[in-house]
This record gives sequence, structure tokens and C-alpha cells, in this order.
Amino acid sequence: MSMIDIRNVKKTFGGTEVLKGIDLTVEKGDVVAILGPSGSGKTTFLRCINFLEKADEGTMTFDGQTYDLGHIRHRDIAAIRKKTAFVFQNYNLFANKTALQNVMLGLQVARHVPKAEAQKIGMAMLEKVGLSDRADHYPIQLSGGQQQRVAIARALATNPEIIFFDEPTSALDPELIGEVLAVMKQLASDGMTMLVVTHEMNFARNVSNKILFMDNGYVLEHASSKEFFENPKEERTKEFLRNISSQHDA
Amino acid sequence: MNERIIKILIEGFGKIMLASIKVTIPLTVIGFACAFVIALVMAMVQYTKVPVLRQIARFYIWIFRGTPLLVQLFLAYYGLPKLGIVLDAFPCAVIVFSLNEGAYCAETMRSALEAVPEGQFEAGYCVGMNYLQIMFHVVLPQALRTAFPPLSNSLIAMLKDTSLAAEITVADMFMSAQKIVGRTYEPLWLYSEVALVYLMYSTILTVIQRICEKKLSSYNSRETSVKKEAKA
Ligand SMILES: Nc1ncnc2c1ncn2[C@@H]1O[C@H](COP(=O)(O)OP(=O)(O)O)[C@@H](O)[C@H]1O
Ligand SMILES: [Mg+2]
Repeated sequence: MSMIDIRNVKKTFGGTEVLKGIDLTVEKGDVVAILGPSGSGKTTFLRCINFLEKADEGTMTFDGQTYDLGHIRHRDIAAIRKKTAFVFQNYNLFANKTALQNVMLGLQVARHVPKAEAQKIGMAMLEKVGLSDRADHYPIQLSGGQQQRVAIARALATNPEIIFFDEPTSALDPELIGEVLAVMKQLASDGMTMLVVTHEMNFARNVSNKILFMDNGYVLEHASSKEFFENPKEERTKEFLRNISSQHDA
Repeated sequence: MNERIIKILIEGFGKIMLASIKVTIPLTVIGFACAFVIALVMAMVQYTKVPVLRQIARFYIWIFRGTPLLVQLFLAYYGLPKLGIVLDAFPCAVIVFSLNEGAYCAETMRSALEAVPEGQFEAGYCVGMNYLQIMFHVVLPQALRTAFPPLSNSLIAMLKDTSLAAEITVADMFMSAQKIVGRTYEPLWLYSEVALVYLMYSTILTVIQRICEKKLSSYNSRETSVKKEAKA
């Protein structure tokens, strides 16, 4: 049985349909790269399945439980969020908390983990992203790449079954992208299940095992990453890949 | 300046200081503390869009910001007894100052809350916290930091405004200066003296404000990290 099975997610913003029926199946250990041109609905899709946005309709089966995304209860949202984590494009670290406190807060406050234990987990997670020496720094005192790594440590701390990433490197200066991708690659090889909206084609090709290609609110391709890059089916996909590679050559 | 003036000023200083300690400072401190609590509640019900309470908050702020403080004092002290509500001068002043200052501070707090980016809430939800937990641990502390300078300014302004309480027979430091003037006919010297005492108190508050702001600055300035790095 799949870990997550998402069916027919639809979302309309002020009369325009932004998601026109998205399906996605995720197995444990999958790293799914969500690709597609800007404005195709990738962010909205991630936000809908983590309830930052309310979908109009659609279902999600998570660990064998099926939820109606259009009529989900608060209790179910809370239960699902305890099993997921989110990494934002612009990090969204808690500005009034140090790096370590950022990582601890979800444990201490939302899960009532005792402080000493939360601290231990927090330090271990910062260690994992290579930032244990920045534990006492506030977000504003960290570079973008460091902030995003703290955000990943924060996501890991609550031991989620899956982590959603929305363009985790898009806000970063080019020289800082590598350190964040390296951490994500490590997570992938540790077997973490991840759903990653990205424009990093190397990551999509080499790290992720599945691709969801979205365009204009539809899924155009849902394939293994090998198949997607070597043998794209849709004309629109080929065009997208041509554009991306010409950007890289330029 | 002759000997008589010096004697009057020395005597005046004692009386003004005594009145400030017995009345002006307590009125300022109690009034502002109550105002702060009122402001927090009024700002929160608006920010969280609590139905009905939110409209009540708007109405309260509209009334108290739209009418003069002196009129509010007179209405409460001389007007309310006609409705059978009789208050002593000091508690009456505390109530009016709390409500008046609360209305201004509520607006300060509300805009400080609104300045906290929406992403802070989203991140909080994603680590599993609920609305109140995020409010208490993340959003409110940031809003208080933002609101600290304008709130301090309000406190200093309120300290000076308490001199209006003398108009409803509260024996504050301004009233004590007035009394001595009535006896000695030395308005220039005594009003200068009381002005200096107000200046002294507001200077003390300004210094405290600066110290606190420095302490609070750690998470919105890069300075500390640069310093730390330099030391390391
Ligand atoms: N909160 C919103 N209100 C109105 N329109 C929105 C909102 N969020 C996204 N959209 C619109 O939905 C479409 C898809 O946006 P988005 O999901 O951000 O795309 P992507 O992440 O693929 O670039 C865009 O046309 C965008 O303008
Ligand atoms: Mg996006």
C-alpha cells in the first residue's frame, strides 16, 4: 500500500481554477520532484495538501486513512501535520528564536517533549545540517543558506514521515545553493520521503526517483525520473526540458 | 534670585517630589499597566477578528481617541455623579488615564501584530502548533518588540499628561506647585521648578527605554553576531 495517495485535488482562486485535478502517489522513501513552469500551481498544490490552503475538492489517503480535502476536520489537520513537515522558499524561521530554539519549539510546545530532551534532539538535528556551532544565533544573524539548513533541521526534529519542500533554494544566492542541496541529498540517501518543488534539474535528475510535471493546473507527466528525462512523452515536457537546458547553456 | 526665592524653591522641591512619589508616579505606573492590558486585549480581539468583541473594541477606541482627555476627566469626575456614580479623584483619574491610554496603545499593538509576517504563522502550523501557541511563543513576542519604542513614547507622554489630573482635584506634583504659587505669587520660579522635575522623570524613562531597546535588539540586528564573531 502506498504511503500517500492523492486524488483529484482542485483549487480555485477568485474564479480562476489553479489546480484542475492533481493526482499523486508517494511510496515510503520516494523523493518526488515537482517540476513545471512558474504559475503552474506547484506551490498551491503543496499548500493544499498541508492545509495552508483549503482545497475545493480532492482526497488524500495517508497511512491507510482517507480524508476529504474539501471538508477536512481540524482534528484531522492536526493529526496529519504531526506526520509532515514543510520547508518554505523563504525559510520562515521564527525571528524571535535562536537556531536551536527554532528546532526545539515544535517538540516542546506542540508535542510537550521535556526541555532537556528537546534540546538534545535539537542539537543533533543542527549537527546533521552542519550548524551546531550556530545554535545560539538568531535567524537574522545567519546567511540564507544557513537559515534554510536550520529550517530543514526544524523539519527533521519532529521526525516526520514526509517533508514537503517548496523551492528550497530559489531565494538563495547561487553560491549558497550547494550547501542546502547537499543536506537534502543526504536526507534522500538516509531514506527520507520527500516532495520537492524545484527548478534544480540536477537534483531532479540525480536525487529524486520520481517526477511530477505540472503545467497550467494539470499533471502532464507522473513518471520515474529516468523515464522523464530520457524519454519524455508530452510535447510540452520536451519544450520545458529544452528551455531549461538552453537556460543552463546560456 | 534672592534668599526668599531660594527658600521657596527648596520648600517647593520637597513638596513637588513628595507629590510626585505619592501621586504622579503611582498614577502613571498603575494607569499605564492597566492601559497595556486593555491594549493587549483590544488589539488581540481585532487581530484575531473575534466577532462582536472586535466591534466593541473599535467603538471604544473611536470614542477615547476622538475626544479630549481633559473632557473625559471632567465627564468622569463631575458628570458621572449625576448618574449616581461617584468616584474619588485618584481612582477616577486612574480609570480615565487607563482607558484613554489603552485606546492609543491598542492601535500601536494592533499594527505591531499586523507587521508580523504571515509566514511565521504558517511555519508554526507546520511544526504542529495551534493558533494560541503560535500567538504566545512567536507572534506576540515579535509584536511586543516592534511596539516597544512607540509604547515607551506613550508612557513618557502619559507621565506628562497626568498633570491634567490636577484639574479634577488630584493632588499631583503640578497641583502642589500651583498651591505654592497661590501662596507666594512666584509662578515663574515654581512652574519652572515643576517643569524640571517632569523633565527629570521623562529623562529617566528615556534612559531606561534605551537600555531595554539595546537588550531587546539581539534578534533584529546583525550587530551581536558580528561582535561574537570578532571575539571568536
Ligand atoms: N493566494 C492566492 N490568491 C490568488 N491567486 C493565487 C494565490 N496563490 C496563487 N495564486 C495563483 O495561482 C496560480 C498558481 O500559483 P502557484 O501555485 O504559486 O504556482 P507555482 O508555484 O507553480 O509557480 C498563479 O496564477 C497564481 O497567481
Ligand atoms: Mg511556487
